[in-house]
Amino acid sequence: MLNSNLQQIGSALRKKNISSVELTQLYLERIATYNPQLNAYITVNSELSLAQARAADEMLASGQAQPLTGIPIAQKDIFCAKGWRTTCGSKMLENFIAPYDAYVIELFNRAGAVSLGKTNMDEFAMGSSNETSYFGPVKNPWNQEYVPGGSSGGAASAVAARLCAAATGTDTGGSIRQPAGLCGISGLKPTYGVCSRYGMIAFASSLDQAGPMARSAADLALLLNAMAGYDARDSTSLQRDKEDYARELDKPLQGLRIGLPREFFAAGLSEDVAQAVEAALNEYRKLGAVIVDISLPNSQLAVPVYYVLAPAEASSNLSRFDGVRYGHRAADYKDLAQMYEKSRAEGFGAEVKRRIMIGTYVLSHGYYDAYYLQAQKIRRLIAQDFTDAFKQCDVIMGPTSPSTAFKFGEKGDDPVQMYLSDIYTIAVNLAGLPGMSIPCGFGANAMPVGLQIIGNYFEEARMLKVAHQYQLATDWHSRAPL
Amino acid sequence: MLLTNSEVSKIARLARLAVNDTEIELARTQLSDIFTLIEQMQAVDTKGISPMSHAQDVSQRLRADVVTESNQRELFQSIAPQVEAGLYLVPQVIE
Repeated sequence: MLNSNLQQIGSALRKKNISSVELTQLYLERIATYNPQLNAYITVNSELSLAQARAADEMLASGQAQPLTGIPIAQKDIFCAKGWRTTCGSKMLENFIAPYDAYVIELFNRAGAVSLGKTNMDEFAMGSSNETSYFGPVKNPWNQEYVPGGSSGGAASAVAARLCAAATGTDTGGSIRQPAGLCGISGLKPTYGVCSRYGMIAFASSLDQAGPMARSAADLALLLNAMAGYDARDSTSLQRDKEDYARELDKPLQGLRIGLPREFFAAGLSEDVAQAVEAALNEYRKLGAVIVDISLPNSQLAVPVYYVLAPAEASSNLSRFDGVRYGHRAADYKDLAQMYEKSRAEGFGAEVKRRIMIGTYVLSHGYYDAYYLQAQKIRRLIAQDFTDAFKQCDVIMGPTSPSTAFKFGEKGDDPVQMYLSDIYTIAVNLAGLPGMSIPCGFGANAMPVGLQIIGNYFEEARMLKVAHQYQLATDWHSRAPL
Repeated sequence: MLLTNSEVSKIARLARLAVNDTEIELARTQLSDIFTLIEQMQAVDTKGISPMSHAQDVSQRLRADVVTESNQRELFQSIAPQVEAGLYLVPQVIE
């Protein structure tokens, strides 16, 4: 059952080969065994999980089951879930019990899915290695000396180690795709606006997007079917007709035009990653695709632009943590200003403070035009590059990350080195496009390599087909570390 | 780009973050490195380009001006650091 896909698990549940309670217990036992090493979950609450499983078994018994009913999944600890501790990986929210459900959580609840717990993450989703979590780093199940990536590192580690059937993540600059790549699983960041941000603790609102993380593209399609949908409480949620993201999975790839941005294969890319991606492209040629050389000339500006815009939005979003209504409050203070300053200094970790300070600076008087406005203008140039590229190709492919997973502490105190590990994923968020990562081999250190697939706006169904057809022809996605 | 310690202190104060001298020194080095990375943007000619604030060209939706939320004060205040008689308590601001 641990290696079955979501469709098989759903079918076993509906045929009563196994109950949701039994399946949930199986995963909870695995979490009890492996989580002390992997640290993939921050919070597990078997009482709440089993109550959901019992409700799912009732839905199954009464014939009201939907595709995900009774399936145990893990929720990134950035999503508020009523009654669950929701920390966002921060001391600031160490004791925060969410008083309401995020819309994504509400949708999974309605679908009858079971939550196994809240997965570990970089603090406030700011990080690429999971080392910024207040609750300690997550280990990569392929080799525990290596990082799982971030910020959705707990989700990626849990999916790879079979500590859940699938998981949710969020992606502001690569936080679904990079950990998916580094842990050898599949992850999809949908078009901005497809999944509601309501109840998802905000980092950079114009970039944040929720998405599924799972062991295959077919599983991602089922999850996205449940997660996507218009929500009036998110002012940027898009009003679109409901679509079945699995509808194209079985269509052939004959004639598919794959664009290769030459900037993604330039200096900075590890040789072993380049080789694995090249082998994947050969597989696509065999499946009938044609490779087209394209250029994204402004892509090298994505990292600098992102490190203006995302911290600017974060400094504003995180101003809500003031120690008054919820979250950490310092024990001693002499006045209101000191209460704010001490509560925030104690509640936030170093990386979060760094980004708040960057954002505060670029938005301050006299610097706004030079930084914030200039970044927004280049953001348009970056988005325009993609629009031009999609005139020549159907999807864009390249590496998800410049290297495979690195060791803990390797990027140490050098934030800029860490920021550059998202060099291929960030431009996609700036443009608001959908992007995904699927496993396509292993690097020199025997750690997984991720292949990134970028689609045009609302082309998730086509991207999932492109990934699924590759997964029918290869078995990288079914390799397991434990 | 190199920041000074007094600039870092000013940023920290604007951001309402207490910082000690060691933290200021480390933040100064790291923020300077980050701003050196960010400075790459200045070489780009963006004359005539309109700023892109958002991924989708959509306009802000309006809704009818009606009450949609119910009063959940007790639930919300149950997670507050300090409340009394339905009020959030903070240090005295006005003498």
